[in-house]
Amino acid sequence: MSDAGRHPNIRILSNSEVVEVEGEPGAFTVTIVRHPRYVEEELCTGCGTCSTYCPISIPNPYDENLGPTKAISVWCPQAVPKKAYVDRNACQYFVGKCTLCIAVCKNKAINFAQKRKRGKVQVGAILVATGYGLFDVSHGPWGYGEFKNVVTSMEYERITNASGPTAGEILRRSDGVVPDRIAWIQCVGSRSFDFGRSYCSAFCCTYAIKQAMVTKDHHPDIDTVIFHMDVRTFGKGFEDLYNRAKKRGIKFVRSRIPVLREDPETKDIVISYYDGERLVRERFGMVVLSVGAVPAADNLKLSRLLGLELNEHGFFKAPSLYPLDGDRKGVYVGGCAVAPMDVPDTICSAGAAASEVAELLAPSRGTLSVKKEYPPERSVEGEEPKIGVFICHCGSNIAGVIEVKDLVDYAWTLEGVVYAEDQLISCSNEGLSRIVDQIKEKGLNRVVVAACTPRTHEPVFREALREAGLNPYLLELVNIREHCSWVHSMEKEVATEKARELLRMAVARARRLAPLSEPLLKVDKRALVIGGGVAGMTAALSLARQGFDVYLVEKEGELGGNFRKLRYTLEGRDPQVVLERLVSEIMTNPKVKAFVGYEVSELHGFVGNFKTVIASRQGERVELEHGVIVVATGGELLRPSSYLYGKHEGVVTQLELEQMLSEGKIPKGVKRVVMIQCVESREPGRSYCSRICCAEAVKNALKLKELDPEMEVVVLYRDMRTYGFVEDYYHKARQKGVLFLRYEAERKPSVEPDGEGLRVRCFVPTIAEELELKADLLVLSTPVIPGGTAEIAERLNLQTTPDGFLAEVHPKLRPVDSPSDGVFICGMAHYPKFSEEAISQAKTAALRAAILMSQEEIRASGAVCQVQEDLCMGCGACVEVCAYGALGLEEKKKGLKKAQVNPVLCKGDGLCVTKCPTGAVTLQHFTDQQIIEAIDALTETKD
Amino acid sequence: MSNPVGAVLVIGGGIGGIQASLDLASLGFRVYLVESKPQIGGRMAQLDKTFPTVECSI
Repeated sequence: MSDAGRHPNIRILSNSEVVEVEGEPGAFTVTIVRHPRYVEEELCTGCGTCSTYCPISIPNPYDENLGPTKAISVWCPQAVPKKAYVDRNACQYFVGKCTLCIAVCKNKAINFAQKRKRGKVQVGAILVATGYGLFDVSHGPWGYGEFKNVVTSMEYERITNASGPTAGEILRRSDGVVPDRIAWIQCVGSRSFDFGRSYCSAFCCTYAIKQAMVTKDHHPDIDTVIFHMDVRTFGKGFEDLYNRAKKRGIKFVRSRIPVLREDPETKDIVISYYDGERLVRERFGMVVLSVGAVPAADNLKLSRLLGLELNEHGFFKAPSLYPLDGDRKGVYVGGCAVAPMDVPDTICSAGAAASEVAELLAPSRGTLSVKKEYPPERSVEGEEPKIGVFICHCGSNIAGVIEVKDLVDYAWTLEGVVYAEDQLISCSNEGLSRIVDQIKEKGLNRVVVAACTPRTHEPVFREALREAGLNPYLLELVNIREHCSWVHSMEKEVATEKARELLRMAVARARRLAPLSEPLLKVDKRALVIGGGVAGMTAALSLARQGFDVYLVEKEGELGGNFRKLRYTLEGRDPQVVLERLVSEIMTNPKVKAFVGYEVSELHGFVGNFKTVIASRQGERVELEHGVIVVATGGELLRPSSYLYGKHEGVVTQLELEQMLSEGKIPKGVKRVVMIQCVESREPGRSYCSRICCAEAVKNALKLKELDPEMEVVVLYRDMRTYGFVEDYYHKARQKGVLFLRYEAERKPSVEPDGEGLRVRCFVPTIAEELELKADLLVLSTPVIPGGTAEIAERLNLQTTPDGFLAEVHPKLRPVDSPSDGVFICGMAHYPKFSEEAISQAKTAALRAAILMSQEEIRASGAVCQVQEDLCMGCGACVEVCAYGALGLEEKKKGLKKAQVNPVLCKGDGLCVTKCPTGAVTLQHFTDQQIIEAIDALTETKD
Repeated sequence: MSNPVGAVLVIGGGIGGIQASLDLASLGFRVYLVESKPQIGGRMAQLDKTFPTVECSI
C-alpha cells in the first residue's frame, strides 16, 4: 500500500470514479470525476486533530461500524493517502454551519467549498480490478441485527484485530464478556439458491479456520466449532492449516445451514442442527457468519462503460482459458472482479491482466515514466555516531503491550543516541517522511528503527535512508513486535524489558555500522523458460510479446506437457485447439527459440547474468546466456497402487476415462460407474489436496451422463471442493442424477473383483451404513505430484515445500517469486492447478521477469563476505562450505593461492567465516566487532 | 495503431489493483490508480492475519 503511495509512476486518484471512456486500444481518453473530500490533500498532514475536535460521532466503516469514528477522520493509521475525509452525510457544517475543524486545523487544509472535479487522462489500456462485495446478511434467517452476538466474518476480523474496536479483545456485543464458545456458520450467502448465490465463494472455509486459529491464539480455552457442508481447503498449504486446526482442538461439524435462536436471558445463541441421526441443540456465546462474496456494486455500470460482459452471477465474464483470449481490446479484468478468489490467486489474476497491458503497450514502455532520483550519498567518515531511534506503535500491535513512551525515554539514555521518538506506524508514508526529515534536520548518521521484522520491512526503511542521502546499511532494524509484543502479549512488563534489552543491543551495533556499497550489475535482456507445457509456453509468449528474446526448453519430444493429454474442459471447450494455437505461435514468433527434447544440465551465473548449458538426448550441448529464468516444469499424475489399479481392467484414472470418453471407447456394457476421490492424497505421507480432482470428476460424470442418461454414476468423496463457479457444475451433476456419497478417511472404501466388474464397499456416514455398490468401471481421482522439482530446485538453488512443490518467497503477496533472485516459478511445479490458473500464474511470472529485464542495471547486496588477503593462506576451507559457489581460489603468484569472493553470488550466510582458520574472511554488516558489541550491551548490568 | 500511450488506468485500489499498478509502474508505465473510496487498500487493509501462515496482512 505505502509502496503504491510512494511510487513516482503511480498517481492515486482516491474518491474518484470513471464516467466516460473514449478512443481505442492504445489511445483512450478517460474522464474521471473526483468527489470532494472537503480536505485539500496537498495541505493535510493526516495528523487527526480535526477528528479529535469534531463533535459528531458516527459508526466507523473501517471497523465494520462496530466502533466509533468522527464525521471528519482518517480511515486508518496506514491509510494511503493518509488524508482526512469528511462524511458529507454526517458533517454538521452542511446543516448547522459547524466549523470546529476549520478552526483547529493548523494547515488550513479544510475546504468546504470544494466541488466535484472533472478531469481527463490519456491512457493506452485499462485494467479493471474492482474486487467484490459482501453478501448482505440482514435479510437472512441468521438473526443478524436482531441477535447481538451474531456477527459477520468481516466484523470478527475487526474484533480480533489489535487496531480494531475492542483492541483485539474478543468480546460479546451484548455484555462485553469473553465468549466461552464460538461457532462459525459457513456458506452464508454462498452455495445457496435461496439467496440467488449458487456459486462457492472459495475463500470462506480457509478464512474461518484462520479466524478460529487466531481465536485460539487469543484464548486457548474458547471452544471453537465450524459448521460446514464441505471443508474446501484446496490451496497451497491450506490442507495443512486445516490439519493443524484439528490438532489444535477446533471442531468441524458437517451440517446443512443450521437454525439459530437467541436465548432471551443470556443472549447466547442456540444452534440446532441435524447430526445424521438426530436433532442436536448447542449453545454458543457468539456466532460468526462466514459471509460470501457478491459482485461489486458498480459492475453493471462499469461493464456498460467499458463494453465488457458480465456472467450470470454478475461478475465480469472471463472466457475459459481467458488470458489466451486477449483480444487486445485494451480493457482487461482481473482478481475478484472475475470470480471470488483468495489473495495469491488475485495477485496472479490481476498480474495476468497487467501482463496483457504490458504486451499491448510494449512499444511505449518507458516513454511516460520517470526514474526515482536519490540525493547524493553523504559521507559519514570520521563522524562520531549520531544515532536516531524511531519506535513504532504498529497501531496497538506493539503499543498495546509495550510501554513505548518508556522505551523512548530509555533510548535517550543510550550512548550515541542524539534523537528518539515514537511513531504510530513507522512504515506509513508519514512515518517514513518523518524519518527522512529527522535524518536531514538532526544530521543523523545511524538510524535504529524498533518495529517489526526485517524480512518484510528492512527494504522499506533502507529506502528512507537512501532518500535522506544516507547509506542504507547505516540502518539497524530491531523486531520488538514478533520478538516482544506478540510472543509475550500476556506479560507486558517482561515484554517491555526485553524490548529495552534488544534496543540496547541494536544501538550498540548501530554505533559500529559502516556504509557498504552495492555492486551494480548489467542485465541480460534474454529469458530462459524451463518447461514447454501450457505455463511455460504462455510465459515465453508473454515475454516475447513484450519484446524480450526467449529460450524455451522442453525435455520431452514435443511441446504441451500435461495439457496435451486433456480432451475437453468443464465448460465444453477443446484444449487441443488452444494448444495448437499456442504451439504454432511459439514456432512462428521470431523472439522465441524453442529447444524441444533438451534438458538443463548446468547452470552458472546469477541474476541478470545466467549461463545455462542444455543438452539433448543425443548429447548435443548448447550454451545459453540470459538474465532471468522462469521455471514451469509442471507436475505429474500419480499412478495409483491401490484399489486394484493395474490389476483389474475395470479400474482406470480420471484422465484415462477422459481419453476413453473422447475416443468413444467406453465399452457397451458399462452401466454402473463408481468414482473414488482423494486416492492416495489428503492422507499421511501426501497430505495436500490436489485441488483439481473434484472438478475433473464432475466433468467426467457429466460426460458419462451425456453419453447415457441411464448410466448409474456414483462419486465417493470426502469433501467436494468444487470452488468458485465450478459449484454450478456440481449442482448440475446432482440434477442429472449423479450420486455423491461421502466417505471418511478413517474408513476408506474397499474394492474387490466381481466377475467382469467390481464390488465396492463403502461406509457412508450420512446414513451410518455400509453400502455395497456394483461397478462396471471404477474411476480413481489421483493427485498431481511434483515432477522433478527436487532436481530443479537443487540446480537453481530453490526451495521445495514439504509436499515437494517449489516454494515461493511469500505465499500471499509474491506467489511467483522464488527465493533465488531472477528465478520465477509458475504452473504445476508450484502446486496443482487448472490450466486457466496456470496461464494466469505464468503471465504473472512473465510480468515479474520483465520488470527485472526492463532495468538497465540492478543492485546486489552489500552485506557480503570479504577476504583479507594477507591473512588468507589459501587452504580452500571456505570454498568447500559455500553453497552458492561464491568463493574460489585464485592463483596470485605461482603456488600462492588466495580465496576470492564473488560479491554477486554471495548470500551473506557467513558459513565461510566460521570455517576460516585464520580469520581472513569477514561478513560485512555482521562483523565480529558489531556482533560482540551487541552481546556486550546485552550482558552489561548497567540499566 | 501508431505507438500506444505508455500509460495505464487501473480501476480499483484493492490488493489486485495495487499489485498490478506497482508492477506496471516498475515496468516503466505511468499508472493512474482510480479508487472510489477516500483511500486505497480495499478489504485486505481491514484483515487481521492472513491464511495459511496466519501472518499480518498489512
